[in-house]
Amino acid sequence: MDFGPSERPAGAAPLPTAIKILIAGGFGVGKTTMVGAVSETRPLRTEEVLTETGVGIDDLSGVEEKGTTTVAMDFGRITISDDLVLYVFGTPGQDRFWFVWDELALGAIGAVVLADTRRLADCFPSIDYFEGRGTPFVVAVNCFEGAEQHRLGEVQAALNLDPVVPVVLCDARQRESSKEVLITLLEHAMKTREARRRAAGD
Amino acid sequence: MIAQGDSAEHEWVDEHAGPVVRPYAVTRGRARPVTGTFDLISLVMATRADVASESGLGPEHVAIVGLCQRMQSVAEIAAHLDLPVGTVRVLLGDLVARTLVQVREPRGTTAGLPDDSVFEAVINGLRAL
Repeated sequence: MDFGPSERPAGAAPLPTAIKILIAGGFGVGKTTMVGAVSETRPLRTEEVLTETGVGIDDLSGVEEKGTTTVAMDFGRITISDDLVLYVFGTPGQDRFWFVWDELALGAIGAVVLADTRRLADCFPSIDYFEGRGTPFVVAVNCFEGAEQHRLGEVQAALNLDPVVPVVLCDARQRESSKEVLITLLEHAMKTREARRRAAGD
Repeated sequence: MIAQGDSAEHEWVDEHAGPVVRPYAVTRGRARPVTGTFDLISLVMATRADVASESGLGPEHVAIVGLCQRMQSVAEIAAHLDLPVGTVRVLLGDLVARTLVQVREPRGTTAGLPDDSVFEAVINGLRAL
């Protein structure tokens, strides 16, 4: 069925396009905090209700209830301009929701992997996931109060990252700090795109 | 712990209990929209100010049109109406089929990254915040 411009209110501007960035990382690392720090509205929560057949059966280990599972995602919005809106989604923390990640990652321009140096291994699955998909990402080390201030090079080595992947310190509670992380990601994604284009041209 | 007065009867249903009407009742049992795919960040805008007089629409349809007098993403509609995303997709399919909303699919749902102008616009926009 067609819905043409004639149906729209007179003088209405075309709808903007939306883009998204993901915030991933282990449980309790500050994903929702960072979403809230950059969002122009309070973070919203949306839920996908999934039937049991949609869930990775192998990973359930018999502990899951029968029937449906609800996966919650927190997200925020940043209006960039009249024709561009940026959405920032916190990924569901549990590994068995990878198929929700697939939906989220589809079309995402990049991802921030939040890391806590006290539990660095918690961000391994996120890094593996984005590396596997070819989604540009940066690692942002959330500086919790009292957390040991690892040197970023050590984090980079411990995570066995491609040297081109930026590793930055941040305070996910702070808007300016979180904004800088997003800007670092966008610059990295831009370089990644350029590098891929060059590689394809060879 | 015990709530007093008229709120006592609602005490056992907190916000985590979810909607009292089951999602498939809202969609009359339908799991998929009649048209469209509706990405989480597809943007939706109502084409009409008021649809209360339209026949065959449920209260949730009317609520979506009301909400989308200002542009909203699919995810925002779901969050504001406290409905699962799958349910909202079905309802949006109905509304698109009746041309009561228009939908803009997001940029870059296919493989590849957007061009430099988009990146630059977002970077500049973030810096200006």
